[in-house]
Amino acid sequence: MRLESVSKTYRHNRRTVTALDNASVQIAAGEFVAVVGPSGSGKSTLLLVLGGMLSPTAGKVYLNGHALYDLSPNQRAELRRRQVGFVFQTFNLVPYLTARENVQVPLYLADMKPAAQRERAAALLERVGLGDRLDHKPSELSIGQQQRVALARVLANDPGIILADEPTGNLDPETGQHILDLLEDMNREGRTIVMVTHDPRAAARAKRTLRLQNGRISQE
Amino acid sequence: MHLRKLVWREMFERKNQLATSFLAILLGIAVVVAIQNISFYSEKAVAAQLDALGANILVLPKSASLQDYYSADMQDEEFPEEYVQRLALSDLQGLDNLSPKLSLPVKLRERTFTLTGILPKSEFQAKAMWSGAGIFSRPAEGCGAVADVPGIFRPPARETLVRQRVIDDLSDTEVLTGADVAAVLGLQPGDSLELLGRRFTVTAVLPPTGTVDDARLFAHLHAVQELAGKGPVLNAIEIVGCCHEISGGLVQKINKLLPEAKVVTIAQVVDTQVRTNQMMARLSLIFLAIIVLVGGASIANYMYANVYERRREIGTFMALGASSAVILKMFLLKALLLGLAGGICGYGLGTVLAVSLGPRVAGIPVLPMPVLVPWAIGISVALALVASYFPARRAARLDPCATLQEV
Ligand SMILES: Nc1ncnc2c1ncn2[C@@H]1O[C@H](COP(=O)(O)OP(=O)(O)O)[C@@H](O)[C@H]1O
Ligand SMILES: [Mg+2]
Repeated sequence: MRLESVSKTYRHNRRTVTALDNASVQIAAGEFVAVVGPSGSGKSTLLLVLGGMLSPTAGKVYLNGHALYDLSPNQRAELRRRQVGFVFQTFNLVPYLTARENVQVPLYLADMKPAAQRERAAALLERVGLGDRLDHKPSELSIGQQQRVALARVLANDPGIILADEPTGNLDPETGQHILDLLEDMNREGRTIVMVTHDPRAAARAKRTLRLQNGRISQE
Repeated sequence: MHLRKLVWREMFERKNQLATSFLAILLGIAVVVAIQNISFYSEKAVAAQLDALGANILVLPKSASLQDYYSADMQDEEFPEEYVQRLALSDLQGLDNLSPKLSLPVKLRERTFTLTGILPKSEFQAKAMWSGAGIFSRPAEGCGAVADVPGIFRPPARETLVRQRVIDDLSDTEVLTGADVAAVLGLQPGDSLELLGRRFTVTAVLPPTGTVDDARLFAHLHAVQELAGKGPVLNAIEIVGCCHEISGGLVQKINKLLPEAKVVTIAQVVDTQVRTNQMMARLSLIFLAIIVLVGGASIANYMYANVYERRREIGTFMALGASSAVILKMFLLKALLLGLAGGICGYGLGTVLAVSLGPRVAGIPVLPMPVLVPWAIGISVALALVASYFPARRAARLDPCATLQEV
């Protein structure tokens, strides 16, 4: 994964806001990287650009050798489906689907048969410790459990890269630790993890930390 | 998990918001189905009534003025009886009945009545040449067959004269009297009566009709011709024509066959029917326009709101790798289900309305019409899909990151 002189500016109320300013960084396969920095420094923007969700104003983004933004939006969607998993601060579970069905969504998008989907979703929820909550809706789960459902969902299509935007930001320290344990496990399985966080203890779990300041990246 | 289940779950989760759109489309389809259903049966009933009423085409002398259907055959001028033969022997389709007539004024107890000569059916059959033309031997498949609509029945025997202008048998000395005539003269069946110097026996008193027929006496055409002393002449031929054939130009064809006569339809009666039907058709079109506008706007409005409300969810789907085609399908499938439900329920409700209200509103029995099912569903689904297309496309084109950033 590589950013080459990537800049991203937003237009907001006829003013240009620079979210990423000539940022270059290389992240090797299997790394566990933490991204820290003050609010508004461009951390979320960086993750979206890395995940193929947001085209930069300038610069190149490479993912497993593909120049990401030379692909069509649908090709990028396909690449995300196979190789990239997002974890959000607010979990973004689908409210009207049960835990198991939420995990089934990426499997459905990958054209898996419904019976196989159900089986795999159950196994993944079992792995994050929610084997007894398969048929609960998100509103019937605690927020820690909701984030674990989100982690099970991210693993559904066995992605090589996991992009997590403040995954513990909404959780109490104890449940946060549990989530970090799970992320560490995933890293141990060889997945690349890029995690945005405010929490120094969370950042300490990573093997490398990137600091963002006004859209500029510096190593720590 | 598949698309159908996903869409289904979402619809049920937010069914209260869906209810307004569903109601709009349901009521719209129901009203159109009800109007179509009632108007179909009322058209049928009007046609049946028209048939039961009797003649709907008149052949009159060229100079005739047509003021009123029931007295139209009382003209001063005559034309030859041979016209009947020409009609009977022609190959015209849709002539269900011919009824030649000659009328004379008769004075009885200081009051003037009309003596009308008619030709009984047996007379037609007696003439080999005419019965060969098959005017009365056709199977009853014309408009006459419509009489099996419940509530309308064919009156028996002699009384059919008033409504159908046909009588099976009538001898030279028989006379039938209208209700008024019988009342004024105090006549009973079996009484004898002198008309223009000839003695007749009253064989029946016709039931009252509320028309000028009540002041008429009917006798055999040839007897009346003798009394008139003008030879074999008529002053009217009443024709029962099939409604379809009339709209297909039957009048013009008869006109061609009898250029010296005047051929007219019972314009008043036909007009009423045509006007009712046109009114129904227009009403139905107006309602269709209203449901397309109101239903369509309601669905589009709901769908836009739904897309806006679900933008975060859509962003999540995209982050999970959904292509824009999947998002588009998600909303269009929802529209399809909404349209199907609206069409099926709309047909059901409309049919219930038509069957229960039809007899009260239009005074006719109404039965369900399954042929309307595909129309109801087709219109409803097409409407839902068209109204949802732009909202669905907006969803598919949402910028996923914008939906994910706002917290
Ligand atoms: N969709 C957007 N439109 C306009 N400005 C945006 C948008 N998203 C982010 N920004 C701006 O870009 C900068 C970086 O935002 P972000 O990447 O969300 O920072 P962080 O995640 O570090 O808080 C901020 O100043 C923010 O206001
Ligand atoms: Mg952020």
